[in-house]
Amino acid sequence: MKPIEYVPQRDGYGQGLLALCAQREDIVVLDADVAASTRTNWVRDQYPDKFYNLGISEQDLVGTAAGMSLGGLIPYVSTYGVFLSGRAFDQIRTTVCYNNLKVRFGGAHAGISVGPDGATHQALEDLALARVLPNMTVLAPCDSEETRKAVLAAADIDGPVYFRFGREAVPVITDEDTPFQLGKARLVREGTDCAVLACGAMVYEAMLAAQQLKQEGISLRVLDVHTIKPMDEAAICAAAADCGCLVTAEEHQIHAGLFGAVSEVAARRCPVPIEPVAIPDCFGQSGPPEALLEHYGLNAAGVRAAVLRAMDRRVRTEKV
Amino acid sequence: MNQDLRPVCRQIRQDILEMIHAAGSGHPGGSLSCVEILSVLYFQVMHLDPSRPQDPDRDRFLLSKGHAAPALYSVLARRGFFDPALLPTLRALGSPLQGHPHMERLPGLDCSSGSLGQGLSIANGLSLAAKRQGKDLRCYCLLGDGEVQEGQVWEAAMTAAHFHLDNVCAIVDDNGVQLDGPTAQIMNVAPLGEKFAAFGWNVLPVDGHDLDALSAAFQAAQQCKGRPSVLLARCVKGKGVSFMEHQWVWHGKAPNQEELSAALAELA
Repeated sequence: MKPIEYVPQRDGYGQGLLALCAQREDIVVLDADVAASTRTNWVRDQYPDKFYNLGISEQDLVGTAAGMSLGGLIPYVSTYGVFLSGRAFDQIRTTVCYNNLKVRFGGAHAGISVGPDGATHQALEDLALARVLPNMTVLAPCDSEETRKAVLAAADIDGPVYFRFGREAVPVITDEDTPFQLGKARLVREGTDCAVLACGAMVYEAMLAAQQLKQEGISLRVLDVHTIKPMDEAAICAAAADCGCLVTAEEHQIHAGLFGAVSEVAARRCPVPIEPVAIPDCFGQSGPPEALLEHYGLNAAGVRAAVLRAMDRRVRTEKV
Repeated sequence: MNQDLRPVCRQIRQDILEMIHAAGSGHPGGSLSCVEILSVLYFQVMHLDPSRPQDPDRDRFLLSKGHAAPALYSVLARRGFFDPALLPTLRALGSPLQGHPHMERLPGLDCSSGSLGQGLSIANGLSLAAKRQGKDLRCYCLLGDGEVQEGQVWEAAMTAAHFHLDNVCAIVDDNGVQLDGPTAQIMNVAPLGEKFAAFGWNVLPVDGHDLDALSAAFQAAQQCKGRPSVLLARCVKGKGVSFMEHQWVWHGKAPNQEELSAALAELA
């Protein structure tokens, strides 16, 4: 087996943008003074005429992008997800989403794994803020390659798109040939005892948990839910029907992110026990990324424990 | 177009009052204050064709102070973008004339608005797109004097100057009154001219109810190259209706039947 390569998802974002800039005239890239962090500096250096730095002004950044979109361009707007989704929420809501404008939001440095910068810089609410908005498509790819594909796939969506990606180097678990279909969860691993619906780097942790659980005689299905909205309801219902219990795994608050999205579908269409792996309704803190993920249980061990809880609840439900 | 706009302005004021009365709510004060500004723009200054509201080469108008929607609706209708018979449906369920403008519902609107402080950023984006595409179009953006209390306005003011957006022209409807009272008392925004000048703008003070002066100011703005222009339009809130003028209580209140009759009598 070849060794796993570790690459930051933001590299995939930068590569996707470069590919789009090479292909299309209507693509422009905007940043708010964090181009070196989001990798939009790659565009700045190779396609300087397509790059706009708006300085540290997220609200104006989003409004300017909205105007560019009204003028027929397709702007990719990038900064830290925490500031993009929070500071400019009203601009995203009332100017971009209300008008269904083709603005693409690249939320960088998502999740607790931003690490040492601490709670102010850890985007843990962005999925909730983005997915509550009408017209918005929300993407949370699992690695750099899937992020690249998401950037390309987003270009032609007829409406606004938010996607989030992390800062740290994480395992590359997909390749050029791995299928990526918007709105369709990717089956990573078949299983029948429980299904994990994961997004972002938690997909890899779910895969590790599945390997461990296999040795314990438990068959775990793993789904890469790269599209948070529109949610793949069929995949959730199939998993609920086949496995009888679900786990969600995300680097996000427990409320209104992936757990919320999956629970909303399950409650309406296929109610089964669901256990979340997520930040437990608290702000983060500084620390090394690995240590933080372990502290909040956002790793394979956390997924494994959640699977066992979900299966236990299913068994007890069945006894009743 | 060199027509006498005074009858048009009178018609628009009448429309505004009748629409808001019919709706039972709305913002007469700030609608009446920008009638001349909108009329000069839509009947004289802007390059547009009401039969082609989506023409990609048209000049654009951003009503950043979205609560003046009745004024814009009337101007668009009287300019031929849609049937004036729609005007009395303002704010009714299912009407294309939303309480604040929604571009997807009504032809002629270049953007939606209602949440203050956002229009100038959008004008900048449109302007940057036009420059990229080699289009010779201009972007006009109307702000309220209370509205410039929003920080985003000054972010956008920086952006327009930084990118030398000489096809952006802002207009401040400087009527001196906001919802809660006189702007100078609520949160003083003066001196607006010095502020915009310090941000790198070409500042053009003008009487916001003088049609010829407005026309000349827009022309001067068009001739200024390398930086954006702003018309500081001295206006009267509630202009044209004596009991509404300068009165903040008329920022967002509909006239009843008696008040409507009195107001219309003054316009005649």
